[in-house]
Amino acid sequence: MMRKPASLAIGLALAVLGGCQREERETRPEPVLGESQQAVPVTALEPGGNRPQFSNPKAAQFEGNAYHISQGKTLFSAFNCNGCHSNGGGGMGPALMDEKWLYGNSIESIHASIRDGRPNGMPTFGRLIPDDQLWELAAYVKSMGGNVPSAAAPGRNDDMMARPAENRMPNAATQGRTP
Amino acid sequence: MPILRVIGALGLTALPAPVARGSADRTRNAQKLAPTRSAMASHVADVKGRTSRPGQVVAVAGLVAVSMMSPAAAQQGPAITPPAAAAPPDDGQWTMPAKNYASTRYSELSEINEGDVGKLQVAFTFSTGINKGHEAAPLVIGGTMYIVTPYPNILYALDLTKPSAPLKWFYRPNPEPAAQGVACCDVVNRGAAFSNGRIFFNTLDGHTIAVDANTGQAIWNTKVGNINIGETVTMAPLVVKDKVLVGNSGGEMGVRGWIKALDANDGHVVWTAYNTGPDAEVLIGPEFKPFYDMDKGKDLGVSSWPPDAWKIGGGNVWGWIGYDPELDLIYHGTGNPGPWNPDLRPGDNKWTAGIFARNPDTGAAHWYYQWTPHDQHDYDGINEQILLDMNWEGKPRKVLVRPDRNGYVYILDRTTGEVLSAKPFGAVNSSKGVDLKTGRLIDNPEKRPTTGKVVRDICPTAAGVKDWQPSAFSPRTGLLYIPHNNLCMDEEGTEVNYIAGTPYVGMNVRMIPGPGGHRGEFTAWDLANQKPAWKLKENFPVWSGALVTAGDVVFYGTMEGWFKAVSAKTGDLLWQFKTSSGIIGQPITYRGPDGHQYVAVLAGVGGWAGAVVSGDLDPRDATAALGFVNAMKDLKDVTTPGGSLYVFRLP
Repeated sequence: MMRKPASLAIGLALAVLGGCQREERETRPEPVLGESQQAVPVTALEPGGNRPQFSNPKAAQFEGNAYHISQGKTLFSAFNCNGCHSNGGGGMGPALMDEKWLYGNSIESIHASIRDGRPNGMPTFGRLIPDDQLWELAAYVKSMGGNVPSAAAPGRNDDMMARPAENRMPNAATQGRTP
Repeated sequence: MPILRVIGALGLTALPAPVARGSADRTRNAQKLAPTRSAMASHVADVKGRTSRPGQVVAVAGLVAVSMMSPAAAQQGPAITPPAAAAPPDDGQWTMPAKNYASTRYSELSEINEGDVGKLQVAFTFSTGINKGHEAAPLVIGGTMYIVTPYPNILYALDLTKPSAPLKWFYRPNPEPAAQGVACCDVVNRGAAFSNGRIFFNTLDGHTIAVDANTGQAIWNTKVGNINIGETVTMAPLVVKDKVLVGNSGGEMGVRGWIKALDANDGHVVWTAYNTGPDAEVLIGPEFKPFYDMDKGKDLGVSSWPPDAWKIGGGNVWGWIGYDPELDLIYHGTGNPGPWNPDLRPGDNKWTAGIFARNPDTGAAHWYYQWTPHDQHDYDGINEQILLDMNWEGKPRKVLVRPDRNGYVYILDRTTGEVLSAKPFGAVNSSKGVDLKTGRLIDNPEKRPTTGKVVRDICPTAAGVKDWQPSAFSPRTGLLYIPHNNLCMDEEGTEVNYIAGTPYVGMNVRMIPGPGGHRGEFTAWDLANQKPAWKLKENFPVWSGALVTAGDVVFYGTMEGWFKAVSAKTGDLLWQFKTSSGIIGQPITYRGPDGHQYVAVLAGVGGWAGAVVSGDLDPRDATAALGFVNAMKDLKDVTTPGGSLYVFRLP
């Protein structure tokens, strides 16, 4: 009979630990002008057979990290990314919240797209935006399609919704009063 | 003779003209429609007003009494007509998108008419190979048809003298692909212009090109725009005398608007007029005499802005230009001020969202009127202007008619810029009318968007009651045929940074269907009485141009892909054909080398309204494509992209 509480406790501990990691970040980030120059192929085809791909160390640091994603969300408006990609649905640029990725869906690929630009209209931001902020943008862009742990996902924009968010709606249990 | 029999049944006497192929079919159709009074009247009016052509009948007697019944003849007062100099007699060609300088989009051809239009069938088709929005009008000069596509702006020439119109030549300008990333609302092109053996057109990356109409060889190529500041060119040029008039796009990118005149011979820039900034750069000088006090004063293009905001303030010229050869004035609108968020640019924001009359040789401004001072909702002032002569309160006036984005059909005196009338032609609550004393639009403070606050149910939307999609005017009915939108929106102002070459908007927008739930309308506007004669509802915004003919048939397309012919008098649907993709192009009509009338239109959905399909956007984001996607969520269910030319004729 002790089994259940034990597993519960372990689960809880894991969840709490996970919660710690969601905001983990470097207190002394790299100098702002440092750039990630690792090559990022935009195709799965590799004549002569696939060679192993090495992940950029920054990828793990930024991807799925709540702090960096939320910073990325702020930067997404500050650098007018939303002017073309709206809030993920696209406009002048392609949608970012759907399952289609023209140049790869890894955070490295997204980072490379922002840094170097792409030929059909994506500008290059590599010399305008510091590298860590590029990674934050990439982390946010990757999260837009919901492809991110829920513990790290940023809040959605509710202001343009036709009705308030569910958590701001009157609750039936409280008979219309806000709890 | 079947024709005799039908006319005889109406109690009339008529002589048959030389009968061409298919005349029996057309007569059968006329018989079918004969019971309705309007059809009968139209048939007769049609017969009366023309010279003899193959397949037509010439009336000799007994027609006058019946033709009086037609609405055109029954109308009060003298007819409303375009000035002869700006709308010369129809030669059966189509040399500029608006048909003529008066921009009537009216053809005197009437082989295809109310009686026989139901028999239209496909003559030939042509795939452009481009999957973006096709807003252009085909041109027909002599035995050749010219089509300019959206980016990559290929110019095709089709040989109409041969069966099924084979490709004669094509010209690829190879614009810079990066230009696609700074084009606000799909990578459209609104058409080419012809003059003196040359085709002139613009490319998305900001080049104006002259091509030999016979050989397809480029004659000159002038770079007028810079994509690195977000500047593109999407408009159709207009050729006036020896000058090619061109304007820029980029009101969503903080691009300062201008219009340039290029020498048609060698392409050098003769003059440039900006639409913001100091008078010297706006080409405001001693000739400038605006009608209203609000437009008088020195350097208003600077003083009506926060410091230096005019440098990134929009006022672009991406729409239509008209020309009155008698007054020797060109008329062009100016686009929205940037950014959209009005909190960031207090003032009237001259000379945006208005209209200029300029001398075509020097660019000197003669008058200006601002449709929407301190625009708050992206109400670009760039729609077409139809130049007409009409009686106004008993006096003949030279007028300019403008169905504007802000929702009003304006009638202006085109010699002075005085507003004679401004009546709403769709749902409007963002303003409360136009004060005819001051000329000023009366703003509705309840619908003012502001930073950090969502304002709901603003009508019309940023796309206006009517956007770029050009209307057509028939002197036979006195009606202006307006394809337009029926949409409202929520707006929320946001902070925005100016970064050259990126969007400068500062507004979240979310569009919804307007009153009634349908998103498009096609309105026949009675200019003499300033009210609608009839209205058609369409599920989607009517984003195509309109065309009207002396056959009293109006053509337009829907975003589902229906190409429709309706009665110019009643709006009754006479014929429709489902094309391969949604239609946002401008229909035209011409007399082919075989002497018969043809109707042509480009299908190929896209544009701002169709970006959800042509750009494959995600409708879960209500703000996608500057909010338009929210109103067009189901467009992907009914059409797919792909540009094709369709040309129709009678069997």
